Amino acid sequence: MRPFTYERADSPAAAAAAVERRPGAKFIAGGTNLLDLMKLEIETPAHLIDVNGLKLDTVEATPDGGLRIGALVRNTALAADQRVRRDYGVLSRALLAGASGQLRNKATTAGNLLQRTRCPYFYDTNQPCNKRQPGSGCAAIGGYSRPLAVVGSSDACIATHPSDMAVAMRALDATVETVRADGTTRKIPIAEFHRLPGDTPHIETALVPGELITAVTLPKPVGGTHVYRKVRDRASYAFALVSVAAVVQRDGSGRVAVGGVAHKPWRVEAAEGEMPRGAKAVTSGLLADAKPTHDNAFKLTLVERTLASVLAEAKG
Amino acid sequence: MKFDTPATTNPIDQLKVVGKPTDRIDGPLKTTGKATYAYEWHDVAPNVAYGWVIGSGIAKGRIASMDLEAARKAPGVVAIVTAENAGSLDKGKRNTATLLGGPEIEHYQQAVALVVAETFEQARTAAGLVRIDYTPADGAYDLAAAKDKAEKTKDGDSVVGDFAGAFAAAPVKLDETYTTPDESHAMMEPHATIAAWEGDRLTVWTSNQMIDWMVTDLSATLKMPKDKVRVISPFIGGGFGGKLFLRADALLAALGAREAGRPVKVGLSRPLMMNNTTHRPATIQRVRIGATPDGTITAIAHEGWSGNLPGGSEETATDQTRLLYAGANRLIGNRIATLDLPEGNAMRAPGEASGMMALEVAMDEMAEKLGMDPVEFRIRNDTQTDPADPNRPFSQRQLVQCLRLGAERFGWAKRNPQPGQVRDGRWLVGLGVASAFRNNLLTKSAARVRLDQRGIVTVETDMTDIGTGSYTIIAQTAAEMMGVGLDKVAVRLGDSSFPVSAGSGGQWGANNATAGVYAACVKLREAVAQKLGVNSADARFEDGQVIAGNRKVPLAEAAGADGLSAEDGIEYGDLDKKYQQSTFGAHYVEAAVDAATGEIRVRRMLAVCAAGRILNPKSARSQVIGAMTMGVGAALMEELALDKRTGFFVNHDLAGYEVPVHADIPHQEVIFLDETDPISSPMKAKGVGELGLCGVGAAVANAVHNATGLRVREYPITLDKFLDRLPAMG
Repeated sequence: MRPFTYERADSPAAAAAAVERRPGAKFIAGGTNLLDLMKLEIETPAHLIDVNGLKLDTVEATPDGGLRIGALVRNTALAADQRVRRDYGVLSRALLAGASGQLRNKATTAGNLLQRTRCPYFYDTNQPCNKRQPGSGCAAIGGYSRPLAVVGSSDACIATHPSDMAVAMRALDATVETVRADGTTRKIPIAEFHRLPGDTPHIETALVPGELITAVTLPKPVGGTHVYRKVRDRASYAFALVSVAAVVQRDGSGRVAVGGVAHKPWRVEAAEGEMPRGAKAVTSGLLADAKPTHDNAFKLTLVERTLASVLAEAKG
Repeated sequence: MKFDTPATTNPIDQLKVVGKPTDRIDGPLKTTGKATYAYEWHDVAPNVAYGWVIGSGIAKGRIASMDLEAARKAPGVVAIVTAENAGSLDKGKRNTATLLGGPEIEHYQQAVALVVAETFEQARTAAGLVRIDYTPADGAYDLAAAKDKAEKTKDGDSVVGDFAGAFAAAPVKLDETYTTPDESHAMMEPHATIAAWEGDRLTVWTSNQMIDWMVTDLSATLKMPKDKVRVISPFIGGGFGGKLFLRADALLAALGAREAGRPVKVGLSRPLMMNNTTHRPATIQRVRIGATPDGTITAIAHEGWSGNLPGGSEETATDQTRLLYAGANRLIGNRIATLDLPEGNAMRAPGEASGMMALEVAMDEMAEKLGMDPVEFRIRNDTQTDPADPNRPFSQRQLVQCLRLGAERFGWAKRNPQPGQVRDGRWLVGLGVASAFRNNLLTKSAARVRLDQRGIVTVETDMTDIGTGSYTIIAQTAAEMMGVGLDKVAVRLGDSSFPVSAGSGGQWGANNATAGVYAACVKLREAVAQKLGVNSADARFEDGQVIAGNRKVPLAEAAGADGLSAEDGIEYGDLDKKYQQSTFGAHYVEAAVDAATGEIRVRRMLAVCAAGRILNPKSARSQVIGAMTMGVGAALMEELALDKRTGFFVNHDLAGYEVPVHADIPHQEVIFLDETDPISSPMKAKGVGELGLCGVGAAVANAVHNATGLRVREYPITLDKFLDRLPAMG
């Protein structure tokens, strides 16, 4: 771990300004991912701005019938929120499928979106990794790739995004609200928030330097049956091989987002029109451009079978 | 005490204390955080500096250059140790690769430097500033690719009769190959050591299962007399064989402390646990079984391949097949290939743990071919003598009883022999069985016992407690022998200034270490009797008193102001040559497989064990359920994922290397048969800590087969290996 300096911010804009002022500065909230990465010198911030005191920790109703989730709302609190449980069940279930009770008590809504990949090569600084060290190459391609991406990947990176929460938020059409150093705010649709790796896998989101997430908003509830199914090798405390977040309406229409397959929560709206026809039809659209490795080609079958099971469950 | 004839009645048979499900006597120390683990000896090693180990970034080749300049100048840095300045080092006889590498590199993350600084953070930061350039060389990392170059091991094959002829002639036969992956011990407490020098004397506070091996190999590596090295390791946060040996933490702490001129502590990071220390090596195993239609095995062959660094040993995965089932024609042997991976070595039940995962699935497959119940097929081929030597009986062998009792208690009769037929909602459900088998190893073990004027009995032995319960069973043994309550016994372990014990490994600790304490107590009883002027054979030790004829003397009084002390150990004759000594059991598992995703979840587990006298049913049960849990891990998830291009175990942390979590482990039940084995030792006990693991993985695999009709012969059984063979989704 490199030595770093530390300050507490007293307003979101001040926090953003503080990061913008100091190259190599980072925000810290729950720290459940950042601190591990700092110990391994995968992240080497020279300065940390603690945003925990910014009071962005409430869940409030929005005028249009949705919810505005403060950036610092802990995963545990969000999963337990009555409105989330009632109207956005897929989100609550996704949160509870992630990490452990202890981690969820610390992890925040914004931090969860900003988790870095769990590609094992990213975690060993002896190994080339374009995400960790741009231009060094990708050891995962041609290496151990079972947990890695099957779609949307590039010749530079086949990492996946590890979040469960973000997959549900993608299915719910969430919006990420931010503030910049100059005090301006913007709203980024979650579909545009996470990026595909392309040849810049180290740039993972649409955020510009210093830009701070202040909230995530959910549009008004869409009804339907909410299912989150996370498939993994052990029953708990494991990252998804694949996960499926689905909202299914009585007529069989609905939405599907998939985790564990790409550099971002994966959703292809055009494929959702096939939902009444079943999992096979949806999956062929969803994963049409998949380029799996030998180790992870099973994920194509797994997505289809998991989705079929989810649709059957939703039908009741 | 020489043990060369079967035990007769002795004070242990009273079972006033031994055999009771006593709570751990060290439990309160552990639950209150007062037990001192290796990294925590703050008081006895003041002014400690912190060492951070740098591992090699390549698996094979040479260090071309190492730039320490920036690290030396970093804040707080006290010393840096590399092969260049470490002085002349030898290698312990139990180490394969050198523990401080360079310039030659033998495996990935082989330690190449230790950075010592005032604080842990400074050491780690400075280590990040060390720049190393390597000249890589080609290495061999893939067992399957190296298999054809593998050689027979020095023990040679065990050949009985004419396997080839009998197999060819067998009406029913099976020829299948199974693989097990590299596995990591993944114990909770990493390897850690504090080292301090006083002149030419070295003390290390460490976490080690075998104190005398550690002293021997550390002194040999440092080229110093053994009596100048003291090793202290009273509490150990798990080992599973990963802490049998001197490892880089202890050697580098000693070298760092010498260089720094003050105590140094070193803990290995979790990534180093996976690639720097030892691991259970992968195996390829071919099993062939021939039988007559009535299920009598006529031919059995088991060949196993594993790899290791040059000079390393093989995984003895086929050894149990020499002994487990009858069959007139046999061919059994291990082969070893050279691989440039981190050192392969013992992990809980080395040999049998991997071997039973193959053999016991083969038995299940064979039973299916024969149309026999797999329990009955095993019973049909039971043997009460060494199959290679009919004149050599087993000292005790209740495999059949274990299988039968387990079948009854588990509800085996309800199993549908037709696989893939039982459905519970979205789950396919099946039952599986496997035999359990692990040898009983005898090794000498000594102890010192003191009786003081308060009537307190203090036991000292370099035996270790790796979470197994050694403290408690040793206390029970001493209490039984001296006729006192557990509150009058103190046990001190894990210090090389105490008599040399069996140590903890190979499930030999419980029987041998307590037998050593028994021997010392016999001697102490004699000393007490002699002091009182009575014949020790006539003296009874009960309720804190010595009773001889009409005399009743409190032990405290007998001890007198100076107390009494005795030291002795157990040594074995050739009873393990005349008799085959093994432990037996049966594992039953119910598993459910998600019909859509292929996720496997174990639902129920039962182990029935026959392992001699159970010294403490509570700690023994803990051992067995822990082993069963490890068996679920081996069957379903544990694998050091190897990058075959670079010799790197990629999933080098506990997020990537998955072991079972609570949610994976359902109802577990353990039954111990009421057994004593007077041929094993005066304790008439054996071990269970490894027996509980042997066969579990196969029982899980067999349950998955019964649930789905599918066989996966490559462990771990993960869904990607059979997803495309599951029934189509409706």
